[in-house]
Amino acid sequence: MAQLSIRNLEKTYGGGFKAVHGVDLEVADGEFMVLVGPSGCAKSTTLRMIAGLETISGGHISIGGKVVNNLAPGDRGIAMVFQNYALYPHMKVRKNLSFGLKLAGEKKAEIERRVAEVAEVLEIEPLLDRLPRQLSGGQAQRVALGRALIKKPEVFLFDEPLSNLDAKLRASMRVRITELHRRLKAQGRSSTVVYVTHDQVEAMTMGDRICVMKEGRIMQVADPATLYERPENLFVAGFIGMPEMNLVEARLERGPEGHALRFGDQVLRLGPEQNARIAANAPEEVTLGLRPQHFRLAGPDDSHALEAQVGKVDFLGHEVDAHVTIGGAKFTVVLPVELFREASRGGSIRLRADENRVHVFDRASGANVSLA
Amino acid sequence: MSQTMLDDSAALDADAEAARHLALQERRRRLSMILRYAVLTAVGFLMLYPLLWLIGASFKNNAEIFSSPGFIPKDPTLSGYVKGWETSTPYSFGRFFWNTFLIIAPKVVFTVISCAAVAYGFARFQFPGKRILFASLIATLLLPNVVTRIPQYLLFSEMGWLDSYLPLWVPSAFAGDAFFVFMLVQFLRSIPPDMEEAARVDGAKSWQVLLFIVAPMLTPALISVALFQFMWTMNDFLGPLIYLSSVEKFPVSLALKLSIDTSEAFDWNRILAMSVLALAPSLVVFFMAQKYFIEGISAGGVKG
Repeated sequence: MAQLSIRNLEKTYGGGFKAVHGVDLEVADGEFMVLVGPSGCAKSTTLRMIAGLETISGGHISIGGKVVNNLAPGDRGIAMVFQNYALYPHMKVRKNLSFGLKLAGEKKAEIERRVAEVAEVLEIEPLLDRLPRQLSGGQAQRVALGRALIKKPEVFLFDEPLSNLDAKLRASMRVRITELHRRLKAQGRSSTVVYVTHDQVEAMTMGDRICVMKEGRIMQVADPATLYERPENLFVAGFIGMPEMNLVEARLERGPEGHALRFGDQVLRLGPEQNARIAANAPEEVTLGLRPQHFRLAGPDDSHALEAQVGKVDFLGHEVDAHVTIGGAKFTVVLPVELFREASRGGSIRLRADENRVHVFDRASGANVSLA
Repeated sequence: MSQTMLDDSAALDADAEAARHLALQERRRRLSMILRYAVLTAVGFLMLYPLLWLIGASFKNNAEIFSSPGFIPKDPTLSGYVKGWETSTPYSFGRFFWNTFLIIAPKVVFTVISCAAVAYGFARFQFPGKRILFASLIATLLLPNVVTRIPQYLLFSEMGWLDSYLPLWVPSAFAGDAFFVFMLVQFLRSIPPDMEEAARVDGAKSWQVLLFIVAPMLTPALISVALFQFMWTMNDFLGPLIYLSSVEKFPVSLALKLSIDTSEAFDWNRILAMSVLALAPSLVVFFMAQKYFIEGISAGGVKG
């Protein structure tokens, strides 16, 4: 079937600049794999190498068990959706959809049948006789999606397909693409997807698994929950989650009752679960990681409470992002609006961290040492 | 009460003041517009005068041409056209127009095809020696035409192509016009390559991408190329003069000169009449293609 396998993939440009450093990735048949990372992390380059639009400097790519390194893009069994739609400007929507089939020498009747089928699925029947410049962004992206769908490829490649759309449309297209993927899978059709985005919301909501990349290397490949709960390194921890995870330099202290993290004049004791996970060889110099959502207000006689001075507060309607200082270190804390208002009179609040969700990272290597 | 009335009258005053101000502005605007158009019309007329005179003089008789500087003929006559068309050779001017067409048609068609292909290659493909090849292409732009005339003549003479149309259009069929290649390369660089990549993913080979995707997007630029080539070839005098020797093969540009040579006391009105006719095709083609042409030369930098 259409599993995609990437082995030790490398890309070096003419000037000697190495963009991709030995990427290994397995995408199972029917899986929705998202490549995510900041700009310049080579996620698009990797995708373009899969598509055959970029030459491969090292390693190999195989689709459905067949190495495709030297195949032309049209012979790889892939279809691609581009960020700026890349519709053929001089062809009507109908011809845009059928161009690939026509090149492949499909019969006219079959082409018409498939155009009609795709147009129905994507609700673009009324647009078939329009030119691309007469389409709105959302419509154009649906046509671009149709152009991929109509080919019945083994692997779908998406290169930031939603980043030119406004926020509302993006949300609805997200649902549409996921729905479509689910439907194809249910029909037993090839539906392996590699989807590139820099938007972590897209990544988290759409991907079966997510591959986080940085500077041409894979940082972690996992399903969204694992990525969020158990980030393997500082980069993934900081990249996934909104607002960003709080990362504060701290000292790991081993006491009779377990581990504690000291930063400034504050001490954060780890909960029993997290205590057990700390690696035996964890260094003293660490970075403490705690998501803004993993704080709650402390009771009046809570001995583990942290004193926090409240700085700027971002009001978001149902909750607030409060920028606070705890023991000299800056944290962002997400709290429900009502509770926060009550508690923050006088410019300071008492917070309790969820001690079982504290992450500890080796400051030197960036590796998470609290995953054991 | 009185306070409100005071406010009202103050508001009225402000309105009247604003209206006065607007009227003044409007008057100034109109005045400057009239001045501007007067200057433009005068300069435009000055520029067009030789052409107007040419057209007018072609309807004058020979005596009048040199006696009055005005361009409206006193006694309009078609004799210049009738006699000019007959020419002093065994052939009518129709023959010379046909000859011109025989040179222009292959030259324009092959220029468009070859320059599009070469420009596509330079703009979209990486190949060894690309920089040097492109640099030498640009270098030929800087080379004065005259420099290559003699070697070219010797070459074509060796090939036995003298007194035929081949030396006039064959070089163009191999993208010999560096300027057009350069223009198309610049135009292509401004078009994002995504559409071509989409076509490659759709299974198109390079030539199919060129034919079905790139050429349609290049249309405005290709029309400019065709138009330039048409006008330059129509006006080319030196090329035909060097390579053509038999009168029956002369294009319009040579034929015009021919009528000056052969008549002893030559009839200017014939020459002027035929000059007007010789101008006509270029003008007609230019105005027909004007819309695309302007798009073509101006879109090079900003289209994206």
